[in-house]
Amino acid sequence: MSTLEIRNLQVSVNTEAGAVDILKGVDLTINSGETHAIMGPNGSGKSTLAYSIAGHPKYTIVGGSVTLDGADVLEMTVDERAKAGLFLAMQYPVEVPGVSVSNFLRTAATALRGEAPKLRTWVAEVKEAMEALNMDPAFATRNVNEGFSGGEKKRHEIMQLELLRPKIAILDETDSGLDVDALRIVSEGVNRAKENNNLGVLLITHYTRILKYIKPDFVHVFANGHIVEEGGPDLADKLEANGYADYVRK
Amino acid sequence: MTVLTTNYLTPTGREEAWRFTPLKRLRGLHDGTAVIGDRHSLLTQGQLPAGVSFQRESLTPLASSDDIIVERIRGAQSDVAHLSIASNTEVDGPIFLGRGEGALDSAEFSRVRISLGTHAVATVVIENTGDTVLAEDLEISLAPGASLKFITLQEFDSAAVYTARHHAVVDKDATFKSITVTVGGDVVRILPTVEFVAPGGSVELLGVYFATTGQFFEHRMHVDHAVPNAKSRVNFKGALAGRDAHTVWIGDVLIRAVAEGTDTYELNRNLLLSDGARADSVPNLEIETGEIVGAGHASTTGRFDDEQLFYLMSRGITLENARRLVVRGFFNEIVNEIAVESIQERLMSRIDAELERAGA
Repeated sequence: MSTLEIRNLQVSVNTEAGAVDILKGVDLTINSGETHAIMGPNGSGKSTLAYSIAGHPKYTIVGGSVTLDGADVLEMTVDERAKAGLFLAMQYPVEVPGVSVSNFLRTAATALRGEAPKLRTWVAEVKEAMEALNMDPAFATRNVNEGFSGGEKKRHEIMQLELLRPKIAILDETDSGLDVDALRIVSEGVNRAKENNNLGVLLITHYTRILKYIKPDFVHVFANGHIVEEGGPDLADKLEANGYADYVRK
Repeated sequence: MTVLTTNYLTPTGREEAWRFTPLKRLRGLHDGTAVIGDRHSLLTQGQLPAGVSFQRESLTPLASSDDIIVERIRGAQSDVAHLSIASNTEVDGPIFLGRGEGALDSAEFSRVRISLGTHAVATVVIENTGDTVLAEDLEISLAPGASLKFITLQEFDSAAVYTARHHAVVDKDATFKSITVTVGGDVVRILPTVEFVAPGGSVELLGVYFATTGQFFEHRMHVDHAVPNAKSRVNFKGALAGRDAHTVWIGDVLIRAVAEGTDTYELNRNLLLSDGARADSVPNLEIETGEIVGAGHASTTGRFDDEQLFYLMSRGITLENARRLVVRGFFNEIVNEIAVESIQERLMSRIDAELERAGA
């Protein structure tokens, strides 16, 4: 049982015009096995929340705290956060030229497990993960995210989620740019990870359609850098009907 | 052959060809003050396959040169180390050449010839090692239909000075692929040059270099499209780390008026891994005819991509290992082309070590 606790998190980003406040006091608690959907209009700060928790250097923590099972996440380097059990599935995964998917995955698994996975079981593990996500075996020999389609990038992210077995995963608009088939396949991957590893999920999305496949326990509406309304799955239905107009005006 | 008795051609550093080179560190190779030692360091390693011979003989140069050091070598040395591969010989596996002992208190003026007869196919690897002062005039002759993969590894020790012209004369339908790797030495200056003498030739000049604190590595290509329907590709990738690491890449491609149907592209990418290093990159494309298939060039110099490092680290990979992965990945494209596993592994380990030493 793990708990990610975000308390009064305030984050700014440096721009040419000076520091701009993006997160204005976010409170959120995610336990193992729970799925929290964060929904909000573009520009509300959803992605900033995701990247701040993962430790992207672009963002400056102005105040508040983030802890995982009591350990101070904000004091950790980016790799230490992953080792502590956090995972960020990125909206725009980065190309790493010349580094093959198989080399990347094995390096990451070695780092996270503390020792290199045994070659034979590892090969089987990767094969299984790829098959489950309907990925061509040749995928493993390609360079990380280089020339990947939008759908391939997202499948690659979820494959990592399944192989690296974090405690808490943040999915940043994993649904964007996916057709219905790909959305279903990717969602099934997330659900498998939930089932197999009792994963806690922070699902960031603009649209409600992914919630048909990944059922949230809690829905949080995000606007103007903080959470403006919270509720159960029915809150998503209300957003589907009314959109974000009520929250943006506030 | 003429022996130069005057130094009127001695470069001053103001010439285009010499404007980047630290002449003071050339140990007198350029101005005639170097003491010529009695060394012939180039050696074959292992048994030579059938159809391949290696011997010293007197040969006249294949092509003229406007490089003063090449002129001095020719003036001083009539003996040529000649690796010859007979017509229609297809050699399986690479032919390895290495270096005997070098010295820093005297210079070796070396002439080398690699010749392939018609339709001969071979891979030749030259491993340049040790601490030495070496000036080399290396000429490659490719008869019609011949195909050579030519790998030179500059893995010198830290005080070595190496200046060389690697000049290929490419006859009809011949294929030349060179991979120039420079990771060691104090000053290394290589002129990979190509001359097409009949149509249909195809040339790929690939290279990687990694300069750390204080090292100077210069690679100055010249590809002369003097005949129609020849193809050339140039792709050099370099990394630099540490104070006063300095690399120079010059890519001169000349498409003469007669060279219709030319297809050429040249590329140089540099990765600056720390402050205080300098990469000069100058592509020059001179086109005298519009009747060509294509001609282009690109040059980029950049730093570590923070987004790449963040992505790798977000998967638990330490900063140090993330940098190593990115740098290995950067070089992979060209190192893979070597296709000799033992060399590839050795180079990647060396690259890791250089990176670690530079603390980048």
